[in-house]
Amino acid sequence: MPAVEGLFTVDDGEPRLIGGRVPGTDSYFFPKHLGGADPRVGPVELEEVLLSRRGRVWSYTTSHYPPPPPFVVAAEPYVPITVAAVELEREKMVVLGQCSAGVSPEDLEVGMEMELTVDTLYRDDDCDYLVWKWRPVAAGSAGPEAERRDSIS
Amino acid sequence: MDEIAVLGVGMHPWGKWGRNFTEYGVAAARDALADAGVDYADVGFVSGAVTVRCGYPGYVAGSTFARALGFTGAQLASSYSACASGATALQVARGQILSGACDVALVVGADTTPKGFLAPNAGDRPDDIDWLRFRLVGATNPVYFGLHARRRMDLYGATTDDFAMVKVKNSRHGASNPNARFTKEYGLDDVRNSPVVSDPLRLLDICATSDGGAAMVVSSMRWARDHGHRNPVRVAGISTVSPTYPDPVIDLPYLAADSVADPSAPLVGFKESIGTRVYDEAGLGPDDVDVAEVYDLSSAMELDWYEQLGFCAPGEAERLLRDGETSIGGRLPVNPSGGLGAFGEAVPAQALAQVCELTWQLRGTAGARQVERAKVGITVNQGLFGHGSSVIVRR
Repeated sequence: MPAVEGLFTVDDGEPRLIGGRVPGTDSYFFPKHLGGADPRVGPVELEEVLLSRRGRVWSYTTSHYPPPPPFVVAAEPYVPITVAAVELEREKMVVLGQCSAGVSPEDLEVGMEMELTVDTLYRDDDCDYLVWKWRPVAAGSAGPEAERRDSIS
Repeated sequence: MDEIAVLGVGMHPWGKWGRNFTEYGVAAARDALADAGVDYADVGFVSGAVTVRCGYPGYVAGSTFARALGFTGAQLASSYSACASGATALQVARGQILSGACDVALVVGADTTPKGFLAPNAGDRPDDIDWLRFRLVGATNPVYFGLHARRRMDLYGATTDDFAMVKVKNSRHGASNPNARFTKEYGLDDVRNSPVVSDPLRLLDICATSDGGAAMVVSSMRWARDHGHRNPVRVAGISTVSPTYPDPVIDLPYLAADSVADPSAPLVGFKESIGTRVYDEAGLGPDDVDVAEVYDLSSAMELDWYEQLGFCAPGEAERLLRDGETSIGGRLPVNPSGGLGAFGEAVPAQALAQVCELTWQLRGTAGARQVERAKVGITVNQGLFGHGSSVIVRR
């Protein structure tokens, strides 16, 4: 199950972040209800949109020490996590996320194409708690244009 | 903007003392009152900068400090804007003075900070973006510092030795500062050999968390003149601006920056806008600045501020540093106090501590770390959730 509800979806087998958009504009927000507002528009109900699955690395770093709670260390001993900030292709919005296991800073560079996956954040006896993560796009895989969907109703 | 006078400043030394934060605030306040030669009974307004990590009294710092000094019926306010709290408390005090509600105000900030990473309070809060960034991404504050440092390397060719040089410079500046917590002079190898925290930043690139306190006594220019303060340091500008939507730069505590897909949206960098506002208020520009105290949460962040405050063009901060222009003795010394690298964060106190340092610099009483002929000083700082913080003082 998602570690927190309502931030991403894997419906149709494709991991996507769930964002908000001022209807009829290119003003996007993530998370939908915690992403601020465009002061140029009046009161408006944001429409729910699925954000681009792909984007380019804006920057990246690591957390060599275990983050404090509410982070949950998935397994002892703690393995340093890599974090990427990725600018989404269509929305031109930089979104933070952990990188998939095994991705280290040496594997990344600014401008590199990344794609969203959904992976285990931590697990307990009952289930796996899932979160979005970034991973480099494998060379030769299908481009994002072919698989883009902008919104769900 | 009309000016107010800085009559006195005081600090409690930074450290890891583990005592009640009130004690540091009261000590700093008494030092500031003594420095000002002001009778506490003349203080009409007490403006407290708030800590939230010290239990209930921390949330109402104005009254906590006033009660510890002795209640006098003075008016009170408490300001919380994370690392910008001190500037906000000063801003509130200035408003009281310039509106005529009081003549003399006491501004106090102090904190006792637990060991380890700064982190959200306990509890399950999936509607709190600050909680979400820790829970889902493990994005501690140094993670954001690391992102910005790496970006600097990629855009401008900065090196990890450039970042280390900032630490070396600031530790040299802070070595003789009696209020600093860390007075060791570090060399490049010390930084290079310290453990990685958030790549490319190492432990000695990142500021610690500390206990400490800072206070200021401020008044109207008229009251200062009438009470024998012939040439006080003056507050010429204060900026507590928010970002302007859309802000394309990811910063703590957010999971995402604003979208800039709409080409008609204005693009105003938040950190640049903090300086723009304070320069406008003071009627001054970057060329007028003689000394600066900037928010070096990380060594790399200090370099960003050189550009964001207009000391040089984007990409030229490393040259300024390497040429010694930002060292004491250079054209525009930055962090002569030693900065947060020598102090560590004592959140509600640090924006005030920056102004205390500039006050000593402008008076010419900063001792071994004195910047020659300093007439105009600027501070800059930034509070979690979009609080700008900058003060210009002049003499």
